[in-house]
Amino acid sequence: MTDLGIAIEPTETGGRGAFRMFLRNKPAVLGLIVFAVIVLVTIFGPGLYATSAKKMVAPPFLGPGDDLGPLLGTDYLGRDILAGILTGGRTTLLVAAVAAAFTLTIGLVVGSLAGYFGGWIDTLLMRFTEIFQVMPSLLFALVVIFLLGPGTWNETLAIGLTLWPLAARLARAEFLRLREMEYVKASRAIGCSDLRIMFRTILPNAMPPLLVSATLTVVIAILFHAGLAFLGLVDVNTVSWGSMMGKNRGYALTAWWMVFFPGTAIVITGLSISLIGDGLQDAFNPKLRGR
Amino acid sequence: MIALARGIGIRLVLAIGLLLAVVVVVFFLIQIAPGDAATYLGIQQGTGDPEFLAQLRADYGLDRPMLVQLMAYIGNVAQLDLGQSTYFNEPVLGLILDRLFATMLLAGTALVFAVVVGVAIGVFTARRPESSASHSVTVISLLGFSTPVFWSGLMFILVFAAKWGILPVGGIEDVRYNGNWFGETVDLLEHLVLPAIYLAIYSRLARASMLEVLESDYIRTARAKGAHERVVVYKHALRNAVIPVVTAAGLQVGNLLSGALLVEFVFAWPGIGRLAVSSIFRSDSPTLLGIMIFSAAMVIVANLLTDLVYRLIDPRIRVGGSR
Repeated sequence: MTDLGIAIEPTETGGRGAFRMFLRNKPAVLGLIVFAVIVLVTIFGPGLYATSAKKMVAPPFLGPGDDLGPLLGTDYLGRDILAGILTGGRTTLLVAAVAAAFTLTIGLVVGSLAGYFGGWIDTLLMRFTEIFQVMPSLLFALVVIFLLGPGTWNETLAIGLTLWPLAARLARAEFLRLREMEYVKASRAIGCSDLRIMFRTILPNAMPPLLVSATLTVVIAILFHAGLAFLGLVDVNTVSWGSMMGKNRGYALTAWWMVFFPGTAIVITGLSISLIGDGLQDAFNPKLRGR
Repeated sequence: MIALARGIGIRLVLAIGLLLAVVVVVFFLIQIAPGDAATYLGIQQGTGDPEFLAQLRADYGLDRPMLVQLMAYIGNVAQLDLGQSTYFNEPVLGLILDRLFATMLLAGTALVFAVVVGVAIGVFTARRPESSASHSVTVISLLGFSTPVFWSGLMFILVFAAKWGILPVGGIEDVRYNGNWFGETVDLLEHLVLPAIYLAIYSRLARASMLEVLESDYIRTARAKGAHERVVVYKHALRNAVIPVVTAAGLQVGNLLSGALLVEFVFAWPGIGRLAVSSIFRSDSPTLLGIMIFSAAMVIVANLLTDLVYRLIDPRIRVGGSR
């Protein structure tokens, strides 16, 4: 090629290009590292830091750094805050991950059917989705838990049942857009089945926005779980970041560390996942950079 | 104009259908739940005697076919009868209406604050998308998105109310100001500041919308004509950039009510959300379900109004057409 004096930046498309874009995004990489550390800490932390989160190990109301006390202090019963954060992280992340997977599965099934087939199927499914959208999500989750009883599974179910419309709408929009593409028409012309077109042809191309929304869903699920646990609507025998704050709430004015540290754990986790999501969005869609 | 009226008519019919569907969903959730009202009342009376339970079921009409019960339930809701609270022994609707003003005040202030400040920050940062101020807005809005509202609420109480003593710890009014009109107004505002402040995460949306508008052809045309930058930004761009923000704000009413639930709990704000949470601990299912249906109705009305406003400010929307 003759040199015209114009620098043409090679554009990479596909997964590898997006991955490289992602690595160039410093906040996103930082988010990824922090999140990896959090996951490792919640997996191995409770084993390495051998203090039970449920046992009274020291006098109550010990502040962080107090002599003889645990590193992050104790709660109103003398339980170790650090142990609670390590053990509670497991519950929080696990519930959020399962709930998010559940949410995305319902959303993807409903959204892809509506978007791909269109017509009356689309109308019917979207009207159905709307029912769940007009019910304030946290209130709806409260109602589900109230009717089914508290417990980790019911809570996961409640979160999944309330959050899926968002994913459904997104999946629908993507399928609606992609089904008009030439390559989808080509697949149909050579006689591929609807199922194959939906999941082998369209789905991989619809992945980028769905992945970004998956990160958002995980953050929302973490916040939802924390909110429900804070209100005391979960299994009382499990320790989680939200339940630690809920139980110690009454002492917050005199012993700030009891609610400060579990909350900070949620904020750092949520922020790291949000940064990853933001980075993914930029990487998949360079046009939207910085928005 | 006739087309507009027809469009609104269709929307109204759909909205009523949607509310009906919510009532049906709530009804079936009650059916799925283990145990019925009779078993629950039996437990309260300390008995599981089958004869007594059968009597209760007959008294409350729980032995009728499910469809008949559903119709009766819908009929009651249609007559604005959301049932009787088992805790207060009062009509649920009255309990909700007593607390509606407090919730509207909280959520309304938060929404207005969020939209106004959000648009201002969005416009400011969109003009210099690569500046450090612009990047910090991105980070701060991500931070706001990842922070549980009840935690930031508690932290605000700790710093502003407990440590510095500038603002009240909670509640809606201070007995010290009773009867003094000016004092009462200031008092109310003071109590609103804390809960309202952190519901504000609109700047990101406004910024994205503004950035998009600033890149559009008619802005380039306006600039090419030699229009002053201030005119371009505030007259041409802002008016169009505000549309999606206002729409989003209208569609956020449901989320706002969800947020208000936790805020009211933390700040002891006497609104609907706090009533919902307390109803759970009092096993007051008519109140909780009544609040659910009432809130859904509020969201539906808000969506309807948003739709209407949207049509009025953006004539490009095809009236009565598909979305």
